[in-house]
Amino acid sequence: MTVDKIDKEKKIIKTIRIDVDKCNGCRACEVICSAFHATPKYSSNNPARSRIRIIRDPLRDIYIPVYAGEYTVAECAGRDKYTIDGKEYDECAFCRASCPSRDEFKEPDSGLPLKCDMCEGEDEPLCVKWCHAEALIYEEREEETIPEDSEEQEDMEIGLESLADKYGLQTIMDALSRMSEKD
Amino acid sequence: MRYAETGFNLEIDLTRGNIEKVATDPRDTELYLGGLGTNAKILWDRVGPEVEAFDPENLLIFGAGLLCGTPATGCNRTIVTTISPQTKLMAFSMMGGFWAPELKYAGYDKVILRGKSSDLVYLYINNDTVEIRSASHLRGKGALETAELLRKELNEPKAQVAAIGMAGENRVFYASVEQGRSSASRGGIGAVMGDKGVKAIVVRGTKDINVADPEKYIELCNEVLEYIKFREENPIPGVMAILSRLGSPQEMAVHDEKWHTENFSWGNSRTRRKGFWTEEVAKEWEETLESARTRLISCYNCPMKCGATLSLPGLPTYMMKCFTKLTYTMGAFSNLDFGLRIAQKATEYGLDGYSTPQVMAFALELLEDGILTDKDFPDMPEDTEGRFYYLLDKIVRREGIGDVLANGTHWAAEEIGNGAEEYAHNNIKKVEQLPLKLFMMNPIYYLMYCTGEKMNITQIEGQFPQAPFPKREHREKFVKDWFQVPDEKFKQYFLDWEMRGEENVTPFYPTIEMTCEIVDWQEKMHYIDDALGMCAGLSSFHLKPPYHMHNFPKFITAGAGIEMDQDKLTKAAKRYRNLVRANNIRRGMRRKDEVPPTDHWKRRFPELEKELLDTYYQYKGWNNDGIPTKESLHDLGLDYVAEDFIKRGILTDGEDASSK
Repeated sequence: MTVDKIDKEKKIIKTIRIDVDKCNGCRACEVICSAFHATPKYSSNNPARSRIRIIRDPLRDIYIPVYAGEYTVAECAGRDKYTIDGKEYDECAFCRASCPSRDEFKEPDSGLPLKCDMCEGEDEPLCVKWCHAEALIYEEREEETIPEDSEEQEDMEIGLESLADKYGLQTIMDALSRMSEKD
Repeated sequence: MRYAETGFNLEIDLTRGNIEKVATDPRDTELYLGGLGTNAKILWDRVGPEVEAFDPENLLIFGAGLLCGTPATGCNRTIVTTISPQTKLMAFSMMGGFWAPELKYAGYDKVILRGKSSDLVYLYINNDTVEIRSASHLRGKGALETAELLRKELNEPKAQVAAIGMAGENRVFYASVEQGRSSASRGGIGAVMGDKGVKAIVVRGTKDINVADPEKYIELCNEVLEYIKFREENPIPGVMAILSRLGSPQEMAVHDEKWHTENFSWGNSRTRRKGFWTEEVAKEWEETLESARTRLISCYNCPMKCGATLSLPGLPTYMMKCFTKLTYTMGAFSNLDFGLRIAQKATEYGLDGYSTPQVMAFALELLEDGILTDKDFPDMPEDTEGRFYYLLDKIVRREGIGDVLANGTHWAAEEIGNGAEEYAHNNIKKVEQLPLKLFMMNPIYYLMYCTGEKMNITQIEGQFPQAPFPKREHREKFVKDWFQVPDEKFKQYFLDWEMRGEENVTPFYPTIEMTCEIVDWQEKMHYIDDALGMCAGLSSFHLKPPYHMHNFPKFITAGAGIEMDQDKLTKAAKRYRNLVRANNIRRGMRRKDEVPPTDHWKRRFPELEKELLDTYYQYKGWNNDGIPTKESLHDLGLDYVAEDFIKRGILTDGEDASSK
């Protein structure tokens, strides 16, 4: 099986376009996010529970709204500094991970990771709606992707084929049956 | 469960180093709301008239507004209350920024400081952990510098810091408390903080603030946001730029300063400079601001961009908002570059941007007229700019003449004598006012200036247009979507207000009765803001603001879970407004103190002015000396105030006239 036989899928990618130059640092995005995700909805407010944060350092004119992405068990090696327009940024400032290296995107009491859900059920994420500065703009993009299932299947088959080439098909089958007995 | 508020205050005894978390009485919230209202109650209960500003018994109260920490846009005010060294009355300056919501998230509505620390300390509030820590390494440091150092030292980049600079440490009577781009500046609150030995209060909080009716509350918040957007797209025509758009006056955004530079006075509030604003000046100042300003910035949860980060070559970055942009420039007859540069220094020192330049201009005028001499200013530079820097340093260090000037123009004039009193000409209740000198007495402003206890006109005025519109058709257009009025009659008052002619013109229109109603409405809205923690820039300061008498009760009901309607809110605001006055009456304030600067208007109308004040006092339920009567106090449930007044002989039991 080769790649060009796979049908490509069209997928809607939901993103927030962030213009750090427009951010006025007011944190309204954090306010409405934490309110929306309270249970019951809007019953409480606490920016420490927000899934969007402004990495903010006013005297150095640094304002980066960043919204929560995946949880990661281990921190990465990224400790680099970026200088953009004369301003120095930590690499972490642009990272969306809920990560052991920092306090962002964790529930304050439990430490459980937080992740942005684009305000499921609303017309647009509420941080976008509440950002009058237009630093946050919601965008839906259509992208062509290879369906995930066939991609994984293909990857696995390529791997198995190469293992069979190396060790012989029988050895691989023996190993598989031993592994399945253990389970 | 408590809604909107946390239900706890932090009580800190600096003398003993004792810290207590004290539950508050929810009935007080219902009666006095929060912020200024409950601050005034605490001051009444615990700080008697014998207590002076720098006595250990004086309290310094940092109160977050009732709705701070909820999603209500622009609700972020800390109301700081104490006895002022400058006025010897109750001071209640406010600051926006980020501190009040953070305090709420840490689990407290107020921080109440009493006593004095023998060493310089700072307070570190991190949720349930509250510590008094040594600040000896921060002595003499700038206010913003202190905040930066503490955030780094504590490894808490998200902590909010309210700090004083050297002016507060040295008890300058107009020292401010600075907090990033905001400050509580009026009345010398920073001096009281310095006197108590507190350099800074650092707050970090990660707890929830709850609201009573979530769906309703967020609906109200969304309505406000939508209306803000509408107002941004539809500025009010026919009024000056700073009134046509919401927010604090947009001084950081605008370049055209013709109106301020030609209508406000320069130097020691003396000189009008008609024709000052030339194309050349406009170009130079625009370049100055454009090159200094890195970004327009906001307070917590507010889309208005009233502040700015300013970076001038060779100086540390700082933040500014509003009219301090021009006060140093105009005090020194200089240019904007000078004004922004010296303001950087003054901000780090922690000084009020209104009083400070006036005090310095006052000193130079006394020198010019020979009341002070060269001997009082050893080694002072020749040029005015150099002299301003010289005086700034002398004042914050309280060196030489600076020690006298550090007490403000009123007390300095008294100490200098020899006719210096005539030079402290722009004060109300001993506090330096905006350098505004006008022609025709305006009845609305007359009453606001006389009876305001907030000492700053921008914190008293609002809601009603400052002047009539030229044509009736303009006025008709204005009132069409003026739904904020608490009563339809205000529309008629405005419609009938003529600019020229024989009838319905200033100063005899609005009539005395109308004037009383207008002033009362304006004052009420400010007092409501100050209890809820709302910024006047989205509310009481503006014509057609997003917050008004019709939605405030709903905000309180849905937010704090206190059943509220317009009448009940009016009564609550009246209650703590009278408590503010009661605090001041008990400290000796009387009708004699309620006068605008003599030269504020050229054309005065003594008979009309007397009648205005007589009628307004009556309207407010105060006797002819400005003292709340026993009857009106009883109506407000403030019998305890009446009893105190009678006990002290301020009121006599049988009648409402004052005996003392």
